[in-house]
Amino acid sequence: MTRLRGRLFVLQVLVVALLVVLVVRLWQVQMVQGKQFVAVATETRTREVRVPALRGAILDSTGHPLVRNVPSLVVSIDPARFERMPDGGDSVLRKLAAVLGVQFQALKLRIRPCGPGISRPCWPGSPYQPTPVADHVTSRQALQILERQEDFPGVTAEIQALRSYPDGKNAAQMLGYLQPVTKEELERREGLKASYSGVDLMGRDGLEAQYDAELRGQPGVRRVQVDRMGKTIAVQQQAAPTPGDILITSIDAKVQAIVEKAVSDAMRDNPQADSAAGVVLDVKTGRVIAMASRPTYDPAVWTGGIAEKDYRHLLSDKSGKPLVSRVIKGTYAPGSTFKISSVAAMVADGQPLHGTYECPSAYNVEGRAFPNAGGMSLGSISLHTALVKSCDTVFYRAGYEEWLRDGGKKAKSKVKEPMANMARSFGFGKPTGVDLPGESAGLIPNRAWKRDLWNATKDQMCRRAKTGYPEIEDQARAAFSKRLANENCLEGYMLHAYEAANFSIGQGDVQVTPLQLARAYAALVGDGKLRAPRVGWALVKPDGTLVKEIPVPVVGKLPINTETRDYIRKALSEVTSDGTAAGAFAGFPMGVVKIGGKTGTAEVFGKADTSWFASFAPADNPRFVAVVLVSQGGFGASAAAPAVRQIWEGIFGLGKGDDGKAVKAALPDGRPASRLPVIRPDGTVGR
Amino acid sequence: MPEAVRIGRRSLVKRTVGQGSPIWRMDGVLFAAMIALSVIGTLLVWSSTRTWISNEPTALAKKHVLNLCVGLVLYFVIAMADYRWLRTYAPLVYGIAILALLLVITPMGSTINGHHSWIMVGGGFAIQPAELAKPALIVFMARLLARHLQGKKKDRPRPLDVALCLAAAGVAAVLVMLQPDLGTTMVLAVITAGVIVFAGLRKRWIALATVAAVACAQAVWSLGLMKPYQVARFTALINPSSDPRGVGYNSTQALVAIGSGELFGKGLFHGGQTTGRFVPEQHTDFIFTVAGEEFGFVGTVTVVALLGVILLRGLRIARMCEDRFGALVAGGIVTWLGFQTLVNVGMTIGIMPITGVPLPFVSYGGTAAFANMASMGILQAIHIRERWH
Repeated sequence: MTRLRGRLFVLQVLVVALLVVLVVRLWQVQMVQGKQFVAVATETRTREVRVPALRGAILDSTGHPLVRNVPSLVVSIDPARFERMPDGGDSVLRKLAAVLGVQFQALKLRIRPCGPGISRPCWPGSPYQPTPVADHVTSRQALQILERQEDFPGVTAEIQALRSYPDGKNAAQMLGYLQPVTKEELERREGLKASYSGVDLMGRDGLEAQYDAELRGQPGVRRVQVDRMGKTIAVQQQAAPTPGDILITSIDAKVQAIVEKAVSDAMRDNPQADSAAGVVLDVKTGRVIAMASRPTYDPAVWTGGIAEKDYRHLLSDKSGKPLVSRVIKGTYAPGSTFKISSVAAMVADGQPLHGTYECPSAYNVEGRAFPNAGGMSLGSISLHTALVKSCDTVFYRAGYEEWLRDGGKKAKSKVKEPMANMARSFGFGKPTGVDLPGESAGLIPNRAWKRDLWNATKDQMCRRAKTGYPEIEDQARAAFSKRLANENCLEGYMLHAYEAANFSIGQGDVQVTPLQLARAYAALVGDGKLRAPRVGWALVKPDGTLVKEIPVPVVGKLPINTETRDYIRKALSEVTSDGTAAGAFAGFPMGVVKIGGKTGTAEVFGKADTSWFASFAPADNPRFVAVVLVSQGGFGASAAAPAVRQIWEGIFGLGKGDDGKAVKAALPDGRPASRLPVIRPDGTVGR
Repeated sequence: MPEAVRIGRRSLVKRTVGQGSPIWRMDGVLFAAMIALSVIGTLLVWSSTRTWISNEPTALAKKHVLNLCVGLVLYFVIAMADYRWLRTYAPLVYGIAILALLLVITPMGSTINGHHSWIMVGGGFAIQPAELAKPALIVFMARLLARHLQGKKKDRPRPLDVALCLAAAGVAAVLVMLQPDLGTTMVLAVITAGVIVFAGLRKRWIALATVAAVACAQAVWSLGLMKPYQVARFTALINPSSDPRGVGYNSTQALVAIGSGELFGKGLFHGGQTTGRFVPEQHTDFIFTVAGEEFGFVGTVTVVALLGVILLRGLRIARMCEDRFGALVAGGIVTWLGFQTLVNVGMTIGIMPITGVPLPFVSYGGTAAFANMASMGILQAIHIRERWH
């Protein structure tokens, strides 16, 4: 027993040694290195999650929503988690496809990142973000996924607000659309990279892009505690997101609908037309009341990721590029609607406002006859009649003589160019500054522009003058092009007399957007001030407090006196009764609301004419300007003017609709909303 | 006559708790340490499993308490009994344990967490025969090594008895290896070595066996081309289910959990690593990490100290025992629990390889709780009757 006790004593020593070793090591791990392990633990356990803010709605001037949010259950996958899986997440995706009732391959394609050589379907957003694979899933499907997280690692289903468009296609281009932030954009923005939850969408066009920062709001940050599967167990810290501001626009949804229908009908009634645009401005404020473009599309296609087929269609020539707003991006020769600028230029250049002008059936410019439409000959007339009847020869002469005064072919060192300069003063040739992205500047051709263009193109032109155009099959056309190249090579730096003459009636190289034209008319019939039109009226917080009212900046003043403006306005007031638009406005109750306006028919090489009607009402004290353009619509009086008439009838509640019933006035008192709609703290809208 | 009855047959209650009952002669310190560890263990099991079933956070903790209660009954029954009874039935106990181990490898056995180590007994309960084999082997070997020396001066075991011990241990070890459960196999080996050494094996034999063991290990190390990844695989083999994300994940996570507890810990139920289940097998093999994170250095030292109390009290009982069988059993039990403590705590703090061995009295596990408490009952029985010889 002694030996046994001795050996047990050895064991006792070992046990004590064991205890000492364990305690020493525990001291080392917990007391000495403790801080270090606390840091590691925090890192492995917490994730920063970005909580996207609810994007602000876009309302019309009465508070009617143009764009709003609807909650929807969206299933997304975490690409980073999938990447770490041995099979790249294929097995999870297969299970997911089964639950969602879609093809595995379709899901697979949808989550691959877009890039060079990878076209849709693909994920255009950042690989750091959850990639949505299905929206509008049922709560049943969402529960199947959420309850079996072990089967669906890296898959989440959460409620997201999706954009919805109560008025369908109306104002689609103006409203714009949202797309996920791209990887490049994300990398440019500091601090976003680490956060990978919440789908970050960005306004890509229209108001959504213009007011993106305000509509977006401030995303919240949530520090969450996660388990080893990445599932959230607890929220440690939360900075709540600040919802985006609501954008109240000056758009009137009813007028918008009228304009939409008017341009649609114009497209329908003129089958050769390829595009159309309509815009209504408030003359007094310079705000946009309606803006429509054809062809159009349903902006809902963007919601929750656009389908491959839809995306290709939107970009194709076949669809007519419906993403492009013709109101601000389409440029066309303005035709006779441009004569307001020409008349103003003539008067400003010293020609008498009340003088008489010859209106022969044709005017000879350097040996070439420039005829009136239909060979019209009116003898000695006033400028008033020249506008009402749209006598081109009066303007040809003025344009030609002005060109001669500037030196003709051999330009003086200092040219006056009254018509081009007046056009610029009317706001043509540069963007209007409207609060919409991607606006076109249009073009006012003058001598400097010709010279610059020639400098840029002469090498090519002169080469073509020698080699011709062998690739053009049509012999006659190839020969014509070669002749043109030769002419351009030799004389392209000069502004020709015929160009000056054409310019006076808005033909040739001059290009304007429908919005530029509307803005010019608004300045003319209004207070003579040129304004940068505004669609946005005010930004308010979701609880209704006003953030700011968006002012309409005055960017210029017409360099003509009130007398001249009134003279031109009064002349245009007779166009609908005695002038070129009399037919289109036959039977219109001018006694109730008198309409002024100007038709425009611009020739386009190789295409049908561009049809314009620029109009204002009431003619005596204009409140609205309405411009309609129908590309390849033919005569201004036949395509655009009836559309404008439709707009006026809708706004003032005149005439009869398609159903034969009396049209109800969109703006019964003939005035747009003058006070902002009231957003109550609960989000409802009052007046 | 009624008087005689009363003297001769005192009621069971009176015999159990009445004056002169062996219960009052139990080692109170040992008992208190065991209870304290069980309470701590229950809290830790509760904390680590409360998120498993969302609307029933105490499900596993309750089951654990039930297991402990069964174990406590076993403890009292054995403590009250004359432990010589154990010597008599030692071969039977060993036989039952071997039979149970055999059952495991028949179709009656069940696989849980990659170990084919269980026999389902219904009601959601399962028996893990390998745990029962530990005390059974100790008792059986003690009987073999003590039988011819009882009351004699001579205190060297007969070579035949040593050989029989090795055979008995070998059978148990092979059956456990088949499951496979390398952790328990190692425990059985250490128990066997301990009991034989206590029995008085000559130092030269001890030296020889040690040299042989070291040589064997060395041979495996050098001949087995022990590249790091193979070492890692070896560790993973010992506990395959606990290493789903690469070798080293477990030990790292265990260290992080324990280390981040610092002095006082994060408080019960407030351990983020525990709640997040970053450490696998946290209610069983890695229960010590919960103590580390939620109770801090104070908690871990308390657990280690309580285990130390049990080991040292067990050694005291062994050394005070006049009976060779009793002393060997007590020594074997201390070796067993001491080795498990070393391996279990050691692996969570990065000084031992990852091995699937539970922490005595603390880890979740019914059979282990029965075995641990039964062995405490044996120690108490020995303690109560040590002066009879």
